[in-house]
Amino acid sequence: METTTGTFAVKAGLAQMLKGGVIMDVVNAEQAKIAEEAGACAVMALERVPADIRAQGGVARMSDPELILKIMESVSIPVMAKCRIGHFVEAQILESLGVDYIDESEVLTPADEEHHIYKHDFKVPFVCGARNLGEALRRVGEGAAMIRTKGEAGTGDVVEAVRHARTVLGEIRRIQNLPTEELMAYAKNIGAPFELLLQTVQLGKLPVVNFAAGGIATPADAALMMQLGVDGVFVGSGIFKSGDPAKRANAIVKAVTHFKDASILAEVSKNLGEPMVGRNISQMPESEKIAGRGW
Amino acid sequence: MKIGVLALQGDFAEHIAMLRRIGAETAEVRLPQHLEGLNGLIIPGGESTTIGKMAVAYGLIDALRQFGQTQAIWGTCAGAIFLSKDAQRQQPLLGLMDITVERNAFGRQVDSFEADLHIPALQQADPTPYHAIFIRAPLIESVNGSAQILAQLTDGRIVAALQGKLLATSFHPELTADDRFHRYFLRLAQ
Repeated sequence: METTTGTFAVKAGLAQMLKGGVIMDVVNAEQAKIAEEAGACAVMALERVPADIRAQGGVARMSDPELILKIMESVSIPVMAKCRIGHFVEAQILESLGVDYIDESEVLTPADEEHHIYKHDFKVPFVCGARNLGEALRRVGEGAAMIRTKGEAGTGDVVEAVRHARTVLGEIRRIQNLPTEELMAYAKNIGAPFELLLQTVQLGKLPVVNFAAGGIATPADAALMMQLGVDGVFVGSGIFKSGDPAKRANAIVKAVTHFKDASILAEVSKNLGEPMVGRNISQMPESEKIAGRGW
Repeated sequence: MKIGVLALQGDFAEHIAMLRRIGAETAEVRLPQHLEGLNGLIIPGGESTTIGKMAVAYGLIDALRQFGQTQAIWGTCAGAIFLSKDAQRQQPLLGLMDITVERNAFGRQVDSFEADLHIPALQQADPTPYHAIFIRAPLIESVNGSAQILAQLTDGRIVAALQGKLLATSFHPELTADDRFHRYFLRLAQ
């Protein structure tokens, strides 16, 4: 049979299938099942959620393959896993496990402070974080098949997620109105590959699917990001660090589907129990922020 | 001609863009009342478990079953699973099409693939082979009753089926620039 695997179309295509959905951080098979039962469109398998990585400190690395495999066996939905920025051997290991997506993530401690992974070399697709259009298009240039705005992971404070989504989407709106001759200088100024910038102008959106992440903790937070114009959301610590994870997870899934319907949003926001405690980013020292990781 | 696209989760925007390009009116369907006045419905690719759970939560299962008695419905990938009678595991299904499907039948994402298909029903006007994109795709293990095979891989495995006005494809015409499948569906919906 004449077939081809690992093409950019199938890599970017899986992200298309995740749209309008919620990708949830899980640390074991039991949580993965709760996430699937609540309606998650995928799970992110990791040893510690970002809030715990923050609290415990130290070097954060790729999770134990055994843990990732157990999570893969426990659910039928796609399973993602994180590798460190620039750590292409962690990525090779994750690919060999058969994970469905790799997140080259600033939440883990970077392995390279200048270079990201050359992602076109892999059959498995990658998602990468971005705070602005230049960063997003550099990642796509390296082969990322999906982008997520970074936010500030493990805080439960949505302010950075809003800032980054508004920045990326605002820049895309701005370049729609630039005369063509100004696009080269614009590409130079934001450090974006010119051809990808042109493609973004033509499409009126990023060339790949764009989710929001980093600090989303409530159904209202998730619907806010959707109304700002992202394609779906990642929820990390916000679910399993809350009082009633199953109920909150299901409420956030419903909020992403019905993001424009305020009466449904009100209904699903009722009686969710305690949200994650959260950290106020405006009072956080610069040294503790992780969104700046990525080059 | 007004075609709805089930917009609970998945790549419904791609279907809407393709339908508009070929001149159909479109509507996003999230609640039962959104089905009113539609000539047909597409259930997009996405995660079939998520789509099924949201359909149950908002009373769409019975409404969609009733809609499918008289109107055309096309399911792509997750949508094909949702239309089927049997997905060989516990999850909400419409059970409208007499087909048995196997989820993730080709393996995980690294096994997702592209392939050229020979589909006589589509190739009458334009003989170009149909280039199909399969993403964590289901296989149609068997067609039963009045359901019939519409497309197969060269090794004989079934990847598209038709039953009256109901259509199921394991692959994603909405991710390509080839609009032959969407035009075919508009004819079914007429």
